[in-house]
Amino acid sequence: MSTMTTAAPTFAKARGSRKLKNNLATVLVSLAFALALIPLVWLLWTVISKGAKVIFHGDWWTTDQSGIANDVAGGGVFHAIVGTAEQVAICTIISVPVAVLVGVYLVEYGRGPLARITTFMVDIMTGIPSIVAALFIYALFVTTLGGNRAGWLVSLALVILMIPVIVRTTEEMLRLVPNELREASYALGVPKWKTIVRVVIPTAMSGLITGVVLGIARVAGETAPLLILVGYARNTSWNPFGSGYQGALPTMIKDQFQNINTKASGSVGYHLNDKGERVAGAAANYATDRMWGAALTLIIIVMTLNLIARLVGRRNKITS
Amino acid sequence: MPERETMTDRLQPPAGDSPIDPPRVGGETLHERRADGPLVHGDSGQDIVEPGAPIDPQVRPVIGSAQALAIDLSETPPISGAGPATSSGTGRVRIGDRVFGLMTSGASLFVILVVLLVGVFLVVKSVPSIADDKLNFLTATEFDPGNLRFGIAALLWVTVVISIIAMIVAVPIAIGIALFITQYAPKRLARPVAYVVDLLAAIPSIIYGIWGYTELAPKLEPVQRLLSHLPGPLFALKFPTGTIFDGALVLAVMVLPIVTAISRDVFERTPRANIEAALALGATRWEMIRMAVLPYGRAGVVSGAMLGLGRALGETIAVYFVLSTVGGFDTSIFRGGSTFASAIALGSAEFNNPKATGAYIAAGLVLFLLTFVVNAAARAVVNRRKDFV
Repeated sequence: MSTMTTAAPTFAKARGSRKLKNNLATVLVSLAFALALIPLVWLLWTVISKGAKVIFHGDWWTTDQSGIANDVAGGGVFHAIVGTAEQVAICTIISVPVAVLVGVYLVEYGRGPLARITTFMVDIMTGIPSIVAALFIYALFVTTLGGNRAGWLVSLALVILMIPVIVRTTEEMLRLVPNELREASYALGVPKWKTIVRVVIPTAMSGLITGVVLGIARVAGETAPLLILVGYARNTSWNPFGSGYQGALPTMIKDQFQNINTKASGSVGYHLNDKGERVAGAAANYATDRMWGAALTLIIIVMTLNLIARLVGRRNKITS
Repeated sequence: MPERETMTDRLQPPAGDSPIDPPRVGGETLHERRADGPLVHGDSGQDIVEPGAPIDPQVRPVIGSAQALAIDLSETPPISGAGPATSSGTGRVRIGDRVFGLMTSGASLFVILVVLLVGVFLVVKSVPSIADDKLNFLTATEFDPGNLRFGIAALLWVTVVISIIAMIVAVPIAIGIALFITQYAPKRLARPVAYVVDLLAAIPSIIYGIWGYTELAPKLEPVQRLLSHLPGPLFALKFPTGTIFDGALVLAVMVLPIVTAISRDVFERTPRANIEAALALGATRWEMIRMAVLPYGRAGVVSGAMLGLGRALGETIAVYFVLSTVGGFDTSIFRGGSTFASAIALGSAEFNNPKATGAYIAAGLVLFLLTFVVNAAARAVVNRRKDFV
């Protein structure tokens, strides 16, 4: 008993090596964060500073690249936006119903072996690299069925990448819907399917939309399927089922990148003008500007989608 | 509160994650509901949940329906999650339920089928080419599908080395950021910081590719010259531009947000009691992290790192831009090369020749197996954790 009265409890500050270690850890942790900011700021600055000069040009958004040589300024991304939008739209139309139904199955019905196998397969699907998905579509539709490369095949490859993203968010969101809602509906004699369609899904709707938009943002910037499954066209091609050539934003970036490297070597002492005469000095090359412009356009689109997803998600009424 | 314990208690899902959370009692909500009004949810301080569409008045309980009987007569509630269609064996199954159930399980079967088809097609299409391979598929370092001389050894080496260097760089930084967000940063700062890191994940990989090639790689050249003084065959300087090292750093930036997001998630869930116990024993913040946060989050960090590794192994276009293609095999990380993915992307122009295509598909198959093994290992770590915690 006496020991309790002898000394009032005093909290000794950490001293010596303990204090040193603690401070060191604080510094390192803060440093790690600062280190992560460097590439982000650097990358965004590069893309914005180099891309901004072309995208504010009026015809950037309304014209395509047909007939525009490297030494000519101008041209736009219209063809690429058309291609990307069509391919992603087809992909979304296929992915969303399938993925939402799978999510519903896993949460509302899933018991027994089929549910376990489905979860496992969705896990595998999450890990499939985009180039493998593209190879599969190529092996199935081009080598086996003898089809041609086309924009819609890209959509099919993107479906493989998009489904697991949406299944995961759907699953998460449906699990957050309070069971009381389902029970109340059942108690009113509402059949299970109608409960899911009219009560559970509307309740989780904003979460589902967030998942879909994030899925779209993920596949919009995918390049590997485009390399394998469709050729790049510089003119606007509206038909994703046709000729085998369709522009898209990632392949436009790649195309302009290659134009820089093949045509703009600094060692060239002369170039040919419009009349075919030799003129001293290397030709001006506008491919660099267009490459960064296309990159900035892609970032703007993807970031806008992410922002939309976040805003919709914030309206989510269910909280975990 | 025993007088409140109505039968609906049994319907409740287990209470929240933390043992500190009081179990939610669902009993009181039931009394507030009106059979003909929209559902009102007034329970346990949660936000009000209102379904988008009011309940259709046509679907009030039908006298004689199986569900009404089940409740009225037996007074046993349906198992939560099981709807009227399955709760009693007595009634007929409604046609709508049958159709909807079939649709959902059909979608699941479709997903299973697609994944199986991916595996089957990759195997079927690559076997003839592997059979005609003039070199040993597993050990040859040459990769020339056009002449049917291809082996995966060099590709495998570059793919694994580039991904591992990326992880060595990214994982400690990711853990640091996750600790910064969850343990150090004030709440008001933590959210924007987390958002900034998520931004990194949203940037398409082709943009990392052109940025890595035009901006990052030139700046890394002096770093590589410096590092090449290290002993060992890994660090011999061969071609100082477009090296494996450059590619690895670009990949590190790309996987950083993945590892950070998962680490942050587990660190956030460290039980409050553990943290406070450590602090009450006089631990400094770092000691608390080492004793409470890191042991709790270890499995999560490992699985996050594995998922990041899976992403790095399969990354195509960023590596394709950054790496200069150099044939042959060398142990140095200061030279170019090709990963599976970049070699396939590079060869996409050669796909008109079916035998050569088969060789690329074989490379794709090996990549698929590699990422599958890594992802499965990550899942195994997560699942084992579930059993213990």
